Amino acid sequence: MDLLTLARGPGLYWAVTIFVIGVLWKLVGIILLRAKRDLSEPRNPGTWRGLRLILTRSWPRREFLQRTAFTEVLGYTFHIGFFLALLFYLPHVLFFEDIFKAVLGVNFQRLFGVPWPYFSGGVIYFFGAVSVAALIAVLIHRIASPVKRLISNFDDYFSWFVTTAPLATGMLAYSHVGAPYQTLIAVHLLSVELLLVWFPFGKLMHAFTVFLSRGTQGLQFERKGATL
Amino acid sequence: MSAADVNQEHPLELESPRFSVKKPETRYDKQGDVPDAERVQRAMQNFVKDFGRTAAFYMESCIHCGMCADACHYYVSTENPKYTPIWKIEPFKQAYKREYGPFAWFYRTLNLKSRVTVERLEEWQELIYDSCTVCGRCSLVCPMGIDIASLVSLARHGMAKAGLVPHELWAVAERGEKEGSPLGATPKVFKDRVEWLADDYEVEIPVDKAKADVMCAMSSIEIMKYPESIVATAKIMKHLGIDWTFRLDGYEATNFGLLSGNADWQRDMTMKLINAAIACGARTVILPECGHAYGALRWMGANAYGKPLPFRVLHIAEFLAENVRSGKLKLKKVGKTVTFHDPCQISRRGGAIEAPREVLAALGVKLREMAPTKGLNWCCGGGGGVVTIHRADPLRYKVFQLKMNQIEETGAEIPVTSCSNCRQTFDDGQAHFKWDKSMNSLLEMVADNLEGAAA
Repeated sequence: MDLLTLARGPGLYWAVTIFVIGVLWKLVGIILLRAKRDLSEPRNPGTWRGLRLILTRSWPRREFLQRTAFTEVLGYTFHIGFFLALLFYLPHVLFFEDIFKAVLGVNFQRLFGVPWPYFSGGVIYFFGAVSVAALIAVLIHRIASPVKRLISNFDDYFSWFVTTAPLATGMLAYSHVGAPYQTLIAVHLLSVELLLVWFPFGKLMHAFTVFLSRGTQGLQFERKGATL
Repeated sequence: MSAADVNQEHPLELESPRFSVKKPETRYDKQGDVPDAERVQRAMQNFVKDFGRTAAFYMESCIHCGMCADACHYYVSTENPKYTPIWKIEPFKQAYKREYGPFAWFYRTLNLKSRVTVERLEEWQELIYDSCTVCGRCSLVCPMGIDIASLVSLARHGMAKAGLVPHELWAVAERGEKEGSPLGATPKVFKDRVEWLADDYEVEIPVDKAKADVMCAMSSIEIMKYPESIVATAKIMKHLGIDWTFRLDGYEATNFGLLSGNADWQRDMTMKLINAAIACGARTVILPECGHAYGALRWMGANAYGKPLPFRVLHIAEFLAENVRSGKLKLKKVGKTVTFHDPCQISRRGGAIEAPREVLAALGVKLREMAPTKGLNWCCGGGGGVVTIHRADPLRYKVFQLKMNQIEETGAEIPVTSCSNCRQTFDDGQAHFKWDKSMNSLLEMVADNLEGAAA
């Protein structure tokens, strides 16, 4: 079996399997933990309104921004670049459309009336480059900042690697640099599979748990009328 | 170690600008004679005992962005990375992932998280106690919405069970448990003080009424250091014509069980207040100018009781604001400029943000807000039991400068607050820096300006 066949076949199958089971295992493992009922009398009715924190915490507070702007801007840049490249690059779109149809039994365009949008390869390459540049800055900041260096561990560096690798290998494959195209595509696919396999075990899980933690703080603080 | 030992070793300093007991040298404190391995086990078991879904959500969400450092007065004042809030619970985070999380087996197998040792916990004592006031400012900057302050409180539960609490904090907490008050305000002392104050100030201060609509409580700092607060409470109650009482079986709102992390003592202290209020049929319990006392009863009381409380719980500022709103509390105008220091547990984490401002508006003062203010205000540096810990003094003075600068920048004539623990932290800071500003009590300001009362 050559590298590309491995990456497209059993590699992808096992990576997705580990990703799905791992994410479910972790989420179910923490959601099923006991939660004490809060018997205090809420300050105001409508504690559920605290769930707005899931959205509002996405915007940094003016009072903190002066000190946190650098981290915020870098974080937003690489996240946006990553998701644009992931969701709006034509080969990715074709792949996701197939999955969409397989899961829902209907294709995207028939359901929504419009085709899945995509950008040209050059535009996606630009998004990828911006994202990789931001990720490199993130890594330098993690190493150079005394706070980040102190609190960082293996998970931080490995998660950085598995996030950056698909972007970097995707850009190499697009520009046909460094190896035969088929090898580059295989390496790109394997890097994605590495990301999927690591996802449930490390901090990449924040993509799911962020809703749980923000929602929890929102509900608890709203009950008290505390500052959100 | 018995209570008698504690009292001899740590005499109260009744003349100092702030109350506590003294043992100043740098050290890692331990209580009890327990093997190290057992200490670690106790710390972890008790950390986990209270570990539910909420804490797991928080533990699983940290992305190590380090932004919490930028919200912490300890880090901002020193730029020392060890004061990064999430780092303060690192051993417990490590233990959670290695021993209890859904992938604990994975972390153990690959040894991605090492085993926590007693040396590590000793080292962390300073971070969990001396350099965290549990003010919760970090919880507001966290992009993942992690309430880091609540995790520090959980870590304190583990440290308390392991006997790894800074000694002065442990000693006052034990004094509170054994004597009924952490600072010597025993029922006898309280009764004597109330009788003396009633005579001196010619005001009726009811104690131990069998039935009353309202039960008031005081903090030990007020009883011992600012007894005028007791008089102020009595004057206001008389002005409002309220049927109220103090109870010798539940007058002390201070809860050093909470601050030290001893959950059993916290519950005992809370239950005293609850039982006393039930015994006199109080429909409302009014808590004094004390930040953590508010959190302990208003937000944690029902959970200690096991069912909703059969009475309302109000901070004194909320009570005053209610009576301003209803028009019952009539106040003379004070022609001064004032700035208000938000006690973290009452404003930021307690939700009573506007009540003191309503009262100040009724006093006709010109309020000059600090920047930042309200829920984002800086902590005074004395909360969370920190003001009791002598070895933390140099650090506390450093962070206090943030507060001094904030107040100076407002240009206000009078700083006012509604927490006696903040007030004593200000008094101590004022003495240390020979500052010309004295912190004032909102309660006393109201009592001094009641309409119809002699000035």
